[in-house]
Amino acid sequence: MKTIFEPTKGMLPVDTSYCPGCSHGIAHRLIMEVLEERGDLGRTIGVVPIGCSINAHNFMNIDMCESTHGRAPAIATGIRRVHPDKVVFTYQGDGDLASIGAGEIVHAAHRGEKFTTFFINNAIYGMTGGQMAPTTLIGQRATTAVDGRTVEQAGLPLRVCEMLATIPGAVFVERVILNTPANVRKAKKVIEKAFDIQEARLGFTFIEFLSACPTNWGMSPEDALKWVASDMAEYYPVQNFRTPEGF
Amino acid sequence: MSKVLMKGNEAFGEAAIRAGCKCYFGYPITPQNEVPEYMSHELPKAGGAFVQAESELAAVNMAYGAAAAGGRVFISTSSPGLALMQEGLGFICSTEVPIVALNVSRGGPGVGGIQPGQADYFQATRGGYNGDVKIPVFAPSGIQECVDMIYESFDIAEKYRNPVLILADGMIGQMMEPVELPPQKEITPVDKISEKKPWAITGTDNHEGRNVVFSLRLVPDVLESHVEHMFEKYAEAEKELVRYSSMNLEDAEIVFVAFGTMSRLCAEAIEILEERGIKAGLIRPISLWPFPDKAFDEIGPKTKVVISTELSMGQMIQDVKAAVNGRFPVRLIHRTGGVVPSSLEIADRAIKHLEGLK
Repeated sequence: MKTIFEPTKGMLPVDTSYCPGCSHGIAHRLIMEVLEERGDLGRTIGVVPIGCSINAHNFMNIDMCESTHGRAPAIATGIRRVHPDKVVFTYQGDGDLASIGAGEIVHAAHRGEKFTTFFINNAIYGMTGGQMAPTTLIGQRATTAVDGRTVEQAGLPLRVCEMLATIPGAVFVERVILNTPANVRKAKKVIEKAFDIQEARLGFTFIEFLSACPTNWGMSPEDALKWVASDMAEYYPVQNFRTPEGF
Repeated sequence: MSKVLMKGNEAFGEAAIRAGCKCYFGYPITPQNEVPEYMSHELPKAGGAFVQAESELAAVNMAYGAAAAGGRVFISTSSPGLALMQEGLGFICSTEVPIVALNVSRGGPGVGGIQPGQADYFQATRGGYNGDVKIPVFAPSGIQECVDMIYESFDIAEKYRNPVLILADGMIGQMMEPVELPPQKEITPVDKISEKKPWAITGTDNHEGRNVVFSLRLVPDVLESHVEHMFEKYAEAEKELVRYSSMNLEDAEIVFVAFGTMSRLCAEAIEILEERGIKAGLIRPISLWPFPDKAFDEIGPKTKVVISTELSMGQMIQDVKAAVNGRFPVRLIHRTGGVVPSSLEIADRAIKHLEGLK
């Protein structure tokens, strides 16, 4: 019999701790598949954040370390100085990256750090149970904005790709969306490109994944995927913001 | 070996380089700025990496990343900067990653001032870390001692897989003294890291199995076991790392207890008191944690008062009282806010304490 599909060796053969309909599992698998296909699993070091995906090191079959909240880009900066020839990435949620870690991500980009950051934007704090994030949309309900976020109270949501794209050291910045099989396949191509650019040591590489959190949004997984496409992608346009020449 | 005249902060940077330091991460703060300045031009020449971090928060986390990846890492800061680094240091303890940190301390609280202070004693020995954490703390009284301490501390940090903190003060960082520099050690090549540090995250091609450096333990029994494991290490550190020096304890009426800059002033005050016919001695804790309790067993029966002498409102005095354990009256001589007393002032105040006992 011919094997036509098998799980990537980049993921450990265990159940994840993520809720039904959560996008973390898709993003994990895409990144690990790409690393496996490139033959890089054994030479990759990843940093996980504080948030639901702190558990990623229980699922991703590579060397990893945990991070203090928001500081993964600083930690990856240190790892890169010791291992100039390895593949290095951080994997961070929107509370971790866009709120408490806003300083570290900006300065990693500013220094043109030669690692890749995967940014899971699901517009809410997941692990702590649905509090408002900097990325929560106007009108979106959260446990710290029960009638929905307002501009007066919390300002407009932060567009991280657009912000980082103003920084010269961020040489590759792209936003993708994990809502349909076609878009998931597109996202995988973008991950491949980010690693190509990292390996060329051209500067900081960044991918934002528009992601679903049905549990904390109070939606079914199917409705959540629709909302990612309708509401999130409207405010956070899915596009490339910067690519170096030749890629 | 010949001696060279060096400024404290620059000698401290050189000591780290000589110890085979791979990475230094720093942020400007007075009075330690010469450390990052020196490292920025000297560490790359030695094959290491310097990064000026965007904050002390970032610096301590860069240090964690580099050390988790198996590099020898040195960081330095001054008092308010160490306050910012405390979350990182506590986290690093729980992840069992070795780093060496230097605090060239100044007057507090808050941003305080930039003159020498020792009011970081509690910060260093108790820490603002959440959870059950201990960090070995060494306090040098001069540049040579600080150089030797930094050099050795990398080995101590790696043995215990825990941060080690050097608590110097602004005086020691800013002054110049002749110093004999230790021999240059090689920076561990990347492909040899996993041999020396099999736990380090170097990529699974480089070691057996898969390495994860982590802190989160959601199951209480598992966390409790981990903390107990850390405290087994700390119990060994309490036996192995106690360091102090003493003088004139056998026939002293007054015994000063002082570390760092204050211990030098006490040594002068002892000479002034000798001229006035009063015998005084000194216990100089070199390790602040573990505190050298056993030094206090050397105090002779002629002693009338033990005086904790500090550049703070009196912090070490708590440990002094615990070590004296009621055997002698304990008093305090202090200045704070960056004010450094003269040896004459210390001698005069010591005599007043002696008279006040009658």
